[in-house]
Amino acid sequence: MNDLTSAGVPPIGPDDHVRGKGEGVIVYADLGCPHCASAWVELAARPGLLAFRHFPVASKHPRSPALHAAAEAAGAQGQFFAMVNSLYADRGRVDDPHLWERVEWLGLDLERFERDRRSDATTARVRRDFQSGIRAGVAGTPAVFDACTLVSVREREF
Amino acid sequence: MIAAGEPAPDFTLRDQDGEEVSLADFRGGKVLLVFYPMDFSPVCSDQLSIYQEVKPEIAEKGVEMLGISVDHPYAHKAFQEKLGIDTPLLADFEPKGEVARAYGSYLDGLGFANRTLVLVDEEGTVAWAHESLSPGEFPGANVIFDALAS
Repeated sequence: MNDLTSAGVPPIGPDDHVRGKGEGVIVYADLGCPHCASAWVELAARPGLLAFRHFPVASKHPRSPALHAAAEAAGAQGQFFAMVNSLYADRGRVDDPHLWERVEWLGLDLERFERDRRSDATTARVRRDFQSGIRAGVAGTPAVFDACTLVSVREREF
Repeated sequence: MIAAGEPAPDFTLRDQDGEEVSLADFRGGKVLLVFYPMDFSPVCSDQLSIYQEVKPEIAEKGVEMLGISVDHPYAHKAFQEKLGIDTPLLADFEPKGEVARAYGSYLDGLGFANRTLVLVDEEGTVAWAHESLSPGEFPGANVIFDALAS
């Protein structure tokens, strides 16, 4: 049974998807979320270290699990952030044929990509991030943490 | 705001399909009442969507989850479909907010319930209650699991 009681944001570790150097932020984001796509324009340009953690909200964005699996599979071939950037940049083209176009564009092994994105390991990896976000109190996406505390959730009027 | 140890006021409300649902129907099991302001507001969408993602884990602990707002069943049906959730949504519609008032969650002047969680135990007693500081802030799902673990 999964423990989803409160816990601090896990520190950045060797298994995290990280880019950049210096002071770090951890971003819990949904690849199907328009607010995340909008925020990514700024986050991607942000200097310093950024760790991306999966937070697909499937009920709201049914395509999200597939997109996170695709990013994870691309990451297995060294192109995690390239895939994330592409998925946020062109949200209208995220069906399987569009994913395969991206795989070709990134020069990835398509068979391996297809195998990896459907693997139990990929599902578990995405779920692990999601659960850590739940435990940390993520209540909307994107959720940005510095080393210890929540920095921001997307602004919205009630 | 209702407190732990108090009897949970019984109620009968219509769900998104127009079917009557009573709190007493769940006697013998735990129920999590999720009072929220209104359908289709941005924060409510996040709240119920995120709770949906961990609904299996909540159900594993023997808890049924019910959403309650002042919206009509027609709005609840559309909201459920829009969000892709299957949490029953109950209409505290007429008299408006009567159940929310009974639980101390209704916000007079605003016309809807504050964002409130109430865990009712098998005997119909409030085991735990949590109220957000404002309707614009919703408790993460971790708060629910903290309550279930205590």
